[in-house]
Amino acid sequence: MHMADALLSPTVGGALWAGTLGTIIYCARKLKEKMDEKMIPLMGVLGAFIFAGQMINFTIPGTGSSGHIGGGMLLAILLGPYAAFLVIASVLMVQALFFADGGLLALGANIWNLGIYPCFIAYPLIYRTIVRQKMSHRKITIATILSVVIGLQLGALSVVLETKMSGITELPFSTFLLLMQPIHLAIGLIEGFVTAGIVIYVKTLRPDIVDDLEGVKALSSGGSLKKVLVVMAVLAVITGGAFSWFASTHPDGLEWSIEKIYGKPEIPEKENPIKENLSKLQGKTALLPDYSLPSKGKEEANPSWPAVDPGTSLSGLIGGIMVLVLIVIFGIAVKYMRKYKEKT
Amino acid sequence: MSHHIVELKDVHFLYPDGMEALKGISFKIFHGESVGIAGANGAGKTTLLLNLSAHLIPTKGEISIGEVPLSKKTGQEVRKKVGFVFQRPDDQLFMPTVYEDVAFGPINLGLSQEKVDERVRDALEMVGCLQLSNRPPHRLSEGQKRAVTIATVMAMKPDILVMDEPASSLDPRSRRQLINLLKGFKHTKIIASHDLDLILDVCERCIIIQGGKIVADGLSEEILLNEKLLEENNLELPLSRQHSPSFLQS
Amino acid sequence: MEYFNIGYLDTLSYKDTFVHRLDPRIKILVSFIFILFVVSFPKYEIAGLMPFFIYPVFLLTAGDIPLRAIAKKVLFISPFALFIGIFNPLLDTDVILTPFGISVTGGWISFFSIIVKFILTVSTALLLIAVTSFLGICEGLERLKFPRLLVIQLLFLYRYLFVLLEEALRILRAREARSFGKRGKEIKTFIRLISILLMRTVERAERIYQAMLSRGFRGEIRVLKRHSLRPRDILFALLSVMIFYVLRNYDIVSFIGETLRRSFS
Repeated sequence: MHMADALLSPTVGGALWAGTLGTIIYCARKLKEKMDEKMIPLMGVLGAFIFAGQMINFTIPGTGSSGHIGGGMLLAILLGPYAAFLVIASVLMVQALFFADGGLLALGANIWNLGIYPCFIAYPLIYRTIVRQKMSHRKITIATILSVVIGLQLGALSVVLETKMSGITELPFSTFLLLMQPIHLAIGLIEGFVTAGIVIYVKTLRPDIVDDLEGVKALSSGGSLKKVLVVMAVLAVITGGAFSWFASTHPDGLEWSIEKIYGKPEIPEKENPIKENLSKLQGKTALLPDYSLPSKGKEEANPSWPAVDPGTSLSGLIGGIMVLVLIVIFGIAVKYMRKYKEKT
Repeated sequence: MSHHIVELKDVHFLYPDGMEALKGISFKIFHGESVGIAGANGAGKTTLLLNLSAHLIPTKGEISIGEVPLSKKTGQEVRKKVGFVFQRPDDQLFMPTVYEDVAFGPINLGLSQEKVDERVRDALEMVGCLQLSNRPPHRLSEGQKRAVTIATVMAMKPDILVMDEPASSLDPRSRRQLINLLKGFKHTKIIASHDLDLILDVCERCIIIQGGKIVADGLSEEILLNEKLLEENNLELPLSRQHSPSFLQS
Repeated sequence: MEYFNIGYLDTLSYKDTFVHRLDPRIKILVSFIFILFVVSFPKYEIAGLMPFFIYPVFLLTAGDIPLRAIAKKVLFISPFALFIGIFNPLLDTDVILTPFGISVTGGWISFFSIIVKFILTVSTALLLIAVTSFLGICEGLERLKFPRLLVIQLLFLYRYLFVLLEEALRILRAREARSFGKRGKEIKTFIRLISILLMRTVERAERIYQAMLSRGFRGEIRVLKRHSLRPRDILFALLSVMIFYVLRNYDIVSFIGETLRRSFS
């Protein structure tokens, strides 16, 4: 599922963009070092292929509804992690621009959610481990289904985390999780099955194509992925552990350190969203999983500017309508100005 | 007699899957000649062209282009002299705009910005597409794509022009324009095509290939009007020379 | 269907208006900053978001983009945000407002806030491509120092997008012609069709590579003309960001509202 701008906060969105950009730069650099020339047109058309492929739908057995492929894992299998990540990023960017799938801020999160897990976790740790030199059909099927399922589960989990940390939705963590994970489990099983089917079918019909692709993949920045992963995993554990310890035992300490780091916010936000969101998350993790906090306390309705409750006063209402009217007039004026300029 | 520019000596080509597409092809082409290559599907036309333009290396025999024998090493050099126009323009126009597609070759030749500019302008003018400079390729008509493809090759100033089915899927008008364009080129031309009328129009010499071997090599006027020869090789008379069907005759 | 959608926005992007001529870097940055401002509003804000419509409205009108096209697309993608957002009114039931005696819960307010934010952000993303052209965006990204390999990837994808969509369309039509009703959409058939498309795609990549080689390709691709920043681009950027800042930090809306109330009471 795609994240949407409206459900994100600037900090969560920004953080994910930073992560995505960092990964993109890393992948580009890795490929620049060592890449089969053929990769460039191959990556390009495979991106277009994923796009076009998503247009062809099939009926999901048992439900009657239609589905289409995602393609992330397929790309990882065909191109290797670095190239696949870039292709996934490019596909999502085109979708964000032409279909507004999610939005520009959420794009960073979407690339992360749909790219990192298949390319840098599922593919190297699961797929490659199971499928080594002998690519038997059974191995491919198991490896693919497992990889896709886990990749999607992690992606879905990320969506839930990102939404909760942004604090826009009221959905309690556990409920959201309960909604997302099973659905994505089902999607994962199907997509995994389909992806495996494709790999096997192509292998059967045109083994030369598969060999060719393996060759291109091998020539393009192989190796040393394990090292990166270990580092990433260790970092994740450390930060996660430190974070949760802090949150549960030193609530004030957390705020104190945030303020020290953050200082006076220059980005024009009257309230500190990190503080608010972290305290919410801290609240949730400290309590039992199926207990959802009262959804709104007085602290959450922080006034964003002096003396006015956000959007709740009559003046606000009248003013809002008036502003819209003014903007429409503005728009019409611009239109006529443009038409006039065109005539002359 | 002008010096020859392309020479094939007993060329064989075996594909990795075991199919022998060329079984001993030999001919010489002279500077400025226009040669059509005709044959049924699978006869080996495309393979021959790919060998001529150094995309494939013969498994046996030798090809020399302008006195330079073809090999893996000389491949790059040879490709500069041979402009290959592929069958599908979409595969050949891969840059964001027409200008950049035509400039791709000259840039790779290492020319300066001004020279590149000049080459691009001249090439586009030659094919009558200068006004399309800033268009992205997916916004061109088939005929325009063909013309631009030729420009991309012309910008490299090749000695020889090799074309694979240049007029396929063109509407009659674009086809006519293409034929006129080709007739105006003084380059050595080697054109593989099913369109026998085009070969008749553009090429004074014609080679028929069947099963990887040459079965005829001579003047187009003679070969392409030899009904028996054509039918033996799964071909037909060019449409413009076919008699009207008998049932129309009273 | 989506094929024609992309084609349409793509066509619009080649118009020639003031906004179309603005530097793509500027448009990307300003739009991104706009979105940051919009989503930085707290959960229960609606009125304060209203003035922000000025940016998409400006792009729309100055860029000669038909309102209908954008509105239709925004509507089309709303289900996800609606689906998540609808939980707010269900869960957040403390009443905040009682205008004219009707009690409105916080949940509904935050729901509408989501809707407004959604409309603002999504329409801006669509308008960005509508007034900039994909090539422009790629150039903008390159100037903004995005990795070249990514930019080249985007350009290639874009170049062959329509080609592949057409191939997919042909496959779809062939399937339609031979399956009456539900038969044909099974997974097995799907796998075959997609695999065929995949194989054709890989073969095409091979042909493109050959074409590149035949024109001297040795690993480097140089693309894209240079636009330089003109004073009007910088002015546009500064002005826009200033306006966003003011609108976000000063309660213009209530001020207007107050003024109107006072003048009528």
